[in-house]
Amino acid sequence: MGADELVINMGPQHPSTHGVLRVKLKLDGERVIGSECIIGYLHRGVEKIAENRTYQQFAPYVDRMDYVAAVSSGLGYCEAVEKLLVVEAPPRARVIRTILTELQRIASHLLWLGTHALDIGALTPLFYCFREREEILKIFEKYCGARLTTHAFRIGGLQYEAYDTFETEVERFCQDFESRIVEYEDLLTQNRIWIGRTKGVGILSAADAIAFGVTGPVLRASGVKWDIRKAAPYAAYDQYKFEIPVGTTGDTYDRYLVRMEEMRQSRLICLQAIENIPAGPIMAKVGKVLKPPPGEVYHAIEAPKGEIGYYIVSDGTVMPYRVHIRPPSFINLQAFDRMVRGHLVADVVAIIGTIDIVLGEVDR
Amino acid sequence: MVQRTLPNPGSMADEPKEPKPPQVPTGDKPASSAAPVSEAPGKPAGASAPPAPPKAATPAQPKPPVVLQTPLDNELVQRFRSKFGAVLVEAIEDRKQAILTVDRPRLVEIALHLRDEEKFDMLADLTAVDWPKREKRFDVVLDLYSFSKNERLRVKVQAADAEEVPSVVSVWAAADWQEREVFDMFGIIFSGHPNLTRILLPEEWQGYPLRKDYDILQQDTAWVRENLGIESGQ
Repeated sequence: MGADELVINMGPQHPSTHGVLRVKLKLDGERVIGSECIIGYLHRGVEKIAENRTYQQFAPYVDRMDYVAAVSSGLGYCEAVEKLLVVEAPPRARVIRTILTELQRIASHLLWLGTHALDIGALTPLFYCFREREEILKIFEKYCGARLTTHAFRIGGLQYEAYDTFETEVERFCQDFESRIVEYEDLLTQNRIWIGRTKGVGILSAADAIAFGVTGPVLRASGVKWDIRKAAPYAAYDQYKFEIPVGTTGDTYDRYLVRMEEMRQSRLICLQAIENIPAGPIMAKVGKVLKPPPGEVYHAIEAPKGEIGYYIVSDGTVMPYRVHIRPPSFINLQAFDRMVRGHLVADVVAIIGTIDIVLGEVDR
Repeated sequence: MVQRTLPNPGSMADEPKEPKPPQVPTGDKPASSAAPVSEAPGKPAGASAPPAPPKAATPAQPKPPVVLQTPLDNELVQRFRSKFGAVLVEAIEDRKQAILTVDRPRLVEIALHLRDEEKFDMLADLTAVDWPKREKRFDVVLDLYSFSKNERLRVKVQAADAEEVPSVVSVWAAADWQEREVFDMFGIIFSGHPNLTRILLPEEWQGYPLRKDYDILQQDTAWVRENLGIESGQ
């Protein structure tokens, strides 16, 4: 360690680390020359719990990993178990799942945008973002009674039928939301401070992103056009038209643009989906006691933060033999060190924000 | 909590606890399973009475008696076999997902082949499964993805308790934290890993929680007492 080098700790209790992330920074003056993420403060042993619960009992636990996008985590788990059981959710359930999951993507991106902007010093977007996010959470609440850890889906379909005004409320939200995105962009996209703080900061090349297994908006901002909704469509995504936005340089500004466009695309998916929700049952025929045939399955979906994968091994009993969760936040955070080197301490905050992590999911 | 019977060694398809026999062996011919279902409607109602009622059976047992695990022999497997021969222990498909079980010592070489020749450029997931009754108790499981082919492939190696598994960090940087997590939870040593330390649990923690012999209520009581000042974290 040279005379000018300094090691400082950021977190685990620091407002910009979005939870209990501790980052050990090695500095040369104000420049970062190395970093180490220390995680695990929120480890709850979710995978061990899974081995001691039935398949249905474990479903609510996955909501508590990425607690700002619980609907997406739940969808991934339910579909993985359905694959293991070799059953499919009925069409109506799949469309309603798609709508709720896309609303969740918007809600998750809104929370990201508000807090990310706040970290960088723009206070106003937070209030705007939470205003719209609140509308989505109200829809969730009306649908299943919960706002955050929703447990909205069941293995085999849905527990609840959509409420009477579901379509009109989703449509009203989507109609309003178009102009709301413009409001956010008015505040940020051409804002000189915003550009100064994000352009060229935390560049991740496509090759690095792939090597680190980075997925989701972070990967797409690096120029890789890959989205599981297109690559291996699940739920009802094969029925809808939408674009996959990609970036060019892979910097923080590109990731911002990609997520903004993703919210627009999610809105379009919702609008297409509510036009024609097929009638019919909302649950497939699965018994009350689930005993998947022995074997294993890996199922991944495109969560707001990237690929969330479930690797489930069944031994034919009512409880999974092994559940492994591939959390996007955990894997994406690995690329943090690559992104942060050479930047100033103030940029560390921007880079943590731009990866969009939730520590509940990193630590499980 | 509930005591569980563990499957015996070998492929996981062996010995289903109680349910339907037809899906037992990995190498069953798929035709046999389809037959009873397609026959039933054609026959007169009276004749098919005893064995048939698939309608009545379905609600109780949701899954049709299909063979879920089949041997896999596609071009990838053939190329792999011609290059590595007996290193390929088993190639099967489980629920249409390709799984290769390979020999542990040559894992890095295999990984390089799969990354460079077969274009599996992303390591999506790396984890392990514990089968304590088996001679080699651990499966280390790698889930690969190929962007150009839009394909997934699962690669498994088996390791006994004290056996080291070659680290694939040099092949896919993504393996770094994931191998540390497997070390943390199962105590599997990855030889050649640049920094194999615990990642989620505290550095001084004793025991490997995701091993099957680690009870759900078990904890490192000495650590908890010393560092948290409480008798139990439960």
